[in-house]
Amino acid sequence: MTFIDEKLSPGVVLTHKLSRINWLLIALIATLCIVGALALYSVAGGSFEPWAFPQIMRILVGFVILFIVALIPLRIWFSIVVPFYVAVVGLLVLNAFIGVSAKGAQRWIDFGLINFQPSEVAKIALIMALATYYSLLPKTKVSHPVWVALPAALVLLPFLLVASQPDLGTGILIMLVGGIVMFLAGVHYLYFAVVILAVIGVVATVLLSQGTAWQILQDYQYDRINTFFDPSLDPFGAGYHIIQSKIAIGSGGLHGRGFLQGTQSQLDFLPEKHTDFVFTTLAEEFGLIWCMILLTFFVIIVLICSIAALRCKDRFGSLLVLGISSLVFLTVTTNVAMITGLIPVVGIPLPLISYGGSSMMALMFGFGLVQNVIIHAERY
Amino acid sequence: MFSMRPEINLGRRNLSRRAFVLGTAQLGALAVISSRLYYLHVTESEALADLSERNRISIRLLIPERGLIVDRNGTLLAANEKQYRILMAGAEIGDAAATLEKLSRIVPLPPENRAKLLQDISTRREHIPTVIVEEASWEQVASVSVNAPSLPGVEAVVGDRRIYPMGADLAHLVGYVGRVSSKEMNDPLSRDPLLQVPDFRVGKTGVERHLDKTLRGRAGHRRIEVNASGRVMRKLGVTGAQHGPSLQLTVDSWHQNFAAARLSGETASGVVMNVQNGDILAMVSVPSFDPNKLASKISQEEFDQLLNDERRPLFNRPTQGIYPPGSTFKMITALAALESGVVTPDEVITCTGSLEAADRLFHCWKSGGHGEVDLQTSLSQSCDVYYYELGQRVGIEKINKVARRFGIGERPQFPMPSLSSGLFPTRDWKLLQHGQQWVIGDTLNAAIGQGFVLASALQLTIMTARIATGRQVEPRLVLAQHGQRVTDEPFKPLPVADTHLDLIRAGMVSVVNQPLGTAYMSRTADESFIIAGKTGTSQVRAISSRERTSGIIRNEDLPFEKRDHALFCCYAPSHAPRYAATVIVEHGGSGSAKAAPLARDLIMWAQYGGIPPLQMYPSEVRDEVREQLLNLKLRGIPPAEPTTGRQRV
Repeated sequence: MTFIDEKLSPGVVLTHKLSRINWLLIALIATLCIVGALALYSVAGGSFEPWAFPQIMRILVGFVILFIVALIPLRIWFSIVVPFYVAVVGLLVLNAFIGVSAKGAQRWIDFGLINFQPSEVAKIALIMALATYYSLLPKTKVSHPVWVALPAALVLLPFLLVASQPDLGTGILIMLVGGIVMFLAGVHYLYFAVVILAVIGVVATVLLSQGTAWQILQDYQYDRINTFFDPSLDPFGAGYHIIQSKIAIGSGGLHGRGFLQGTQSQLDFLPEKHTDFVFTTLAEEFGLIWCMILLTFFVIIVLICSIAALRCKDRFGSLLVLGISSLVFLTVTTNVAMITGLIPVVGIPLPLISYGGSSMMALMFGFGLVQNVIIHAERY
Repeated sequence: MFSMRPEINLGRRNLSRRAFVLGTAQLGALAVISSRLYYLHVTESEALADLSERNRISIRLLIPERGLIVDRNGTLLAANEKQYRILMAGAEIGDAAATLEKLSRIVPLPPENRAKLLQDISTRREHIPTVIVEEASWEQVASVSVNAPSLPGVEAVVGDRRIYPMGADLAHLVGYVGRVSSKEMNDPLSRDPLLQVPDFRVGKTGVERHLDKTLRGRAGHRRIEVNASGRVMRKLGVTGAQHGPSLQLTVDSWHQNFAAARLSGETASGVVMNVQNGDILAMVSVPSFDPNKLASKISQEEFDQLLNDERRPLFNRPTQGIYPPGSTFKMITALAALESGVVTPDEVITCTGSLEAADRLFHCWKSGGHGEVDLQTSLSQSCDVYYYELGQRVGIEKINKVARRFGIGERPQFPMPSLSSGLFPTRDWKLLQHGQQWVIGDTLNAAIGQGFVLASALQLTIMTARIATGRQVEPRLVLAQHGQRVTDEPFKPLPVADTHLDLIRAGMVSVVNQPLGTAYMSRTADESFIIAGKTGTSQVRAISSRERTSGIIRNEDLPFEKRDHALFCCYAPSHAPRYAATVIVEHGGSGSAKAAPLARDLIMWAQYGGIPPLQMYPSEVRDEVREQLLNLKLRGIPPAEPTTGRQRV
């Protein structure tokens, strides 16, 4: 698949490969990482501890991972997709038994030195598995029910394991990414229409049954659903986050209050200000203009990926790159929608910026695969 | 897979088309979040920045009033008293240290307290205020209000303090409230924001603890806008607090007071119950303590004193204290024997003072023996040998089955925390607990309520009520909740033959009303209120054979902690039972001399609705009773009700 002859001396190969890396993409990723570290420095009240310094270490490790993943020939990655997917599902199952509980959900496995969140890697593993599947499946069979059921199962398995942690937000993200890859692979529109209608139907039935004789869930479960959709019912819990987050964004205005000047975040009004709500700090301190520039960076990343995917001759590579870029885009939009109060708080971090190791490593791994495809794939 | 396939061109066009659709959708999502950001940043910016900059939204919890607890007559058992507090709320204070400095001119604030307060203020979330002064005087409140502009965030509010008008009488039953412990605060099952309120009190023991969530009510909240100096600018919305509903208990505080006074001086528990509906009329544990002290301020010294007191005043004896029931258990052994047909009521067993089994001598309490004993005599004179024999015949499994039917070894259904289930031993239990095989001696000891058997005063009362009615009586403590009275539902009949129960009841009547009965001195002189009961004297120590030969040491000569427990359980009137009562006096000596007269007075109070009239006592004890009743330190005379039967000395 690659035009580089592997029999050449390693030094020559390496130089060739490095020359083909998309350095603009690397620069964008690095910029976003630096912005993230700055935000963490700011929310700690102008201090590298406790968040910025560990994050910088992770960024450095992340880039090492990115380059290693990018330089290993793509067919090696292709050949280990099946064991990789199985191993990740195994970790998710393991997580259900030995996972560490935090805030009422088991999302972490404690590996001694590091805590690890398998659901982050699960997203990448799922994209790889689906890309492999569709690269092997003849195009004519893509919409055949049997050949749709198999990838659907590949998506549902991690979804169910993650959603039962319970981490419904990440679960839904996994489902959406899986759906997008299947959509890109050309599965017939009708399947998606049926699934969407079915989901709407089930949700509507459950909600409409409230207070009737055939009520499906218990009263307290409806209470929780209602608070989920309308956080103002619980002003000291979920509603508190949103109220404070909106105030922070709004007080940023067009130009922001200036670096280290955000009162909402500095004065501890914001919960989770270093993880899921980190964008709020940026919005307060840098204002709308820089927020839009930040979002534009993500859009450019997605554009670079899409162009690379469409130029790539190989189906595995195309689907892989498009899947990963969709994942990044979806995560960004979900996070921003969440902190601006458009959707309920579901615990999705902002890629490359939020504090957190598992998410950072998984993303760097994903971008490594993207670069890999850019380096190795034959082009049109 | 890496080779060109014929269909790949088709696929590629398809992929481009799909990617285009996806890209369009992504653009749409981008447009939505961008416009949302624009809306918050620009359109709403002024309003939101305003909130952030000068006027901050502040959410204040509204504390619900804790539900009252009243007795069956409506007398207050737990109430709330208003008191002024001075609070300081988190984020609105500019310079907390400076404010505290100013505040210290109004109220005394020692420097060491100030550091602690400052730390509290800085670590708490905004809507949770810090209590600066718990009980402020009116003058202090007035000067805080006058100086409000220079004291940002400081507020004088009216709060509640829990008081217990009945004091020590109902300390164990009603319980008391206390500060939220860190364990309670971090309980994932209860995320009530009220628990975060620093001076909030939750039930710690008794009914206050068991029904805490009901009594607590639900927090409301008030959203207000405050300016930088902490002044309230605008009220944005209020959700009122839901006050805790009142709770009516089945106890009668006058009866309770009488029982507590009558038992005072002892280390004892007493229970009086209505056997028809299970209502607990009185349940006392002596010695007691003042719950008012524990609920508000008690010095460490005083608390340690309560904790380390040998007589354990904090311990709720009627539900937690378990003792060998001794002879009060003999009814169960007799029922088990009758039910399995190993004895007839008329069969005579000869008591020589001891019985030999498995190479050991088992002694009757009467060393000379009772001679010829039938069922009724065995109960009225409490012959041990008769029950050793019955125990041997019927076996431990059968006794266990019957005991459980009457609630021995079973956890009572009762709305109190820390209920003891007592114990009725089985072969498996002994093997598991002691790693030893069951021996016949264990059965014999269990047959007379000794050995491993343990029961609480509440359990013995339930047992007596079940014998008296033949129904599965369960105790009841809550009479009305949310203003709604609980319904009286008749108890299910017990699977026990009435003829057998009648024999046992006749035996219990003879215990109190036959001249040779062990509780003859505790009978009444009221034909319409004949007491039926059973004495029990349970051994705390083993009596050695050397002691038996040299003469058993009299109880009074023993050190206190080695003296026998005195028990008496009874019901009355015998022809149509209404009440059951149990008294257990720890190390009280003998059941007939110590416990029976106490239980008699407690159950008679229920009948006469006040101090029992002297003429209802047999003439030979009247002088003694008059002396005892006159010396009682009662809270007062219960209010007269226009019913007959309420007579007083």
